[in-house]
Parts: sequence; structure tokens; C-alpha cells
Amino acid sequence: MGKYIKFFLVGIFFGIVLVKSEAVSWYRIFEMFKFQSFHMYGIIGTAVGTGIILLLLSNQLKLKTIQGNLIKVPLKASGLKRYIIGGTIFGLGWALCGACPGPMYILLGTGAFSILIVIAAALLGTYVYGVLKNKLPH
Amino acid sequence: MKSMEYILEPWPWYVSGPLIAIVMFTLLYFGRTFGMSSNLRTLCAIGGAGKKVEFFKFDWKSQRWNLVVVLGAILGGFIAHYLLSNPIDIDLSEATVNDLSTLGFDNAGKSILPPELFSWNAVFSIKGLLILIVGGFLVGFGTRYAGGCTSGHAITGLSSLQLPSLIAVIGFFLGGLIMIHLIYPILF
Repeated sequence: MGKYIKFFLVGIFFGIVLVKSEAVSWYRIFEMFKFQSFHMYGIIGTAVGTGIILLLLSNQLKLKTIQGNLIKVPLKASGLKRYIIGGTIFGLGWALCGACPGPMYILLGTGAFSILIVIAAALLGTYVYGVLKNKLPH
Repeated sequence: MKSMEYILEPWPWYVSGPLIAIVMFTLLYFGRTFGMSSNLRTLCAIGGAGKKVEFFKFDWKSQRWNLVVVLGAILGGFIAHYLLSNPIDIDLSEATVNDLSTLGFDNAGKSILPPELFSWNAVFSIKGLLILIVGGFLVGFGTRYAGGCTSGHAITGLSSLQLPSLIAVIGFFLGGLIMIHLIYPILF
């Protein structure tokens, strides 16, 4: 039980940041895809910029995980089709319901219970991908 | 107290972005990887999908930590919304408010989600229900197909300078732009 507390705390922090940044708002996603505000680009841009710096630093300093291994990000398999096709399908859904997987859960906490329908549909979508996986181009 | 006022206000992008990077890095420090959509696969596996489909046959217990992150995120959403926020509108651009009004979305920014899509009235109309179901389905299908979502590809993947993640993020935006600019005008 104790080993999970730190993950619970990270989750709480993540949920607070995404609500306070308004990144969980459908309106902000709409505005982003309309290029009418810098807000979301600023969030993603500074997140990635800070992430790059943190990872470069931890590489230089050879920082280790709590298990004692070097900190490193697992590599994504190389490929093109799965990323561009899958990514586009994801983007269509993201813009339609205004929520990606993180915000889906977080919105529950804000009392938006109709998001449960989106979550249920996302589970179904994941299941159908699992069924069709071997027939799809990757 | 001045600092408390800053917390109760919406947080600017230059504060929020770096904090998200810290979430990513903290999980790496704990020997895990930031990725929210993996939980959908885990939940399918817990529901017994592995009995029928190979893709869900894996040791989901090794993913329990990520479900705990989700539980925390739900509580975090509650804390931020009910305890750490002054009730103020989202400061959307004027152009956005006007465009939304043209599409039939009134009072843009007065709540986190538009009642036109997420109120129970909307949810219990055929069109409203279909939008949420199709949207959620595409997110769930697309994210597994692409091997990650905004957290896995856009934040973690781009931070580690991975080309597959860049391609996926280009896809995210391609899909989003098609939806907002070409499909929304038909839907609304």
C-alpha cells in the first residue's frame, strides 16, 4: 500500500495542474485548434521545453531512479503509418469531445459525470483496436 | 495572503507547462513513464478482455501504479475545482467566443465544459450522445493505434526528442484541425 502513496500524490498534483491551467476545458481545446489563443501552445511548449532540459540535465548528471537505474525514457518503436493514422484518429476525437485521456479522469473529479460516457466509449475504442490490431497497417 | 490569491486564480501557461514537465520527470524518477491512455488498456484487461484478445493478455497488475495516478488525478480535479478556484470565467479570446456563438454555443467560458454537449439534457439527445460516444471511441482507438496520447507522445515523447512522437503529434493536430474546421461547421 505504502509504495502507491507517491503515485497517488503525483496524480493529485497532475489533476490540480490540469484544472488550474484550464487544459481540461473543452473551450480551450476548441480555441487551440482555431489558433485564437497562445494559451494551450504556451502550456505544451513550456512543458516540452522544461522536459527537454530536465532530461538533458539528468543525462549529464547521470541521475538515477529510486530503483538505482539511470533515468531514461523508453523508446517508441519506429514507424510511420501507425503514428500518423492513429494520431489523426486521436485528434479527431480529441477535438470532438474536447478531452484527451488525462482530462477525462480529472473532469470526473470536477463533477462532470457525463464524461463517464466518453470514458466508456474510449474503453470500447481501445478494445476494438485490440481486436483489429493485426489487421491494421502499423 | 498574496500567494493564496495566485493559487486561486487560473494559472498562466508559463507556470502550468513546467509543472506538467515535473509530473513527467517525477514518474521517470520513480522508474515509470508518464502515459494516461495506457490505463484504458489496463482497464480492458481487468474487465477480462485478455480472455478473448491477445492484446489484452498482459500482467495488468504491473500497471496498478498508473491506476493509482488516475485515482489521484480525479481527487486532484476535485480539490482544484472545489477548493482552489475562485469562480471566474475562462478568459477565452473574443474571436473564440464569437465563433462559438455562431455555432450555437452560448456563454462560452462560463463553465469548464459547454452545457450544449455535456449537460444531461444534451447527453440524452441522440445527437449529443453520439458526439460523446464517437469522440470517446476515436480517442480510445486512436491513442492505442498511435501508441500514446498527449501525455505519452506530446509531453514525454517530444521531451525525449523522439521522431515517432513528433509524427503522432502532427497527426493529433491534423485530426483536430479537420474536426474543428471541416466537420464542426457541418455538425453545428
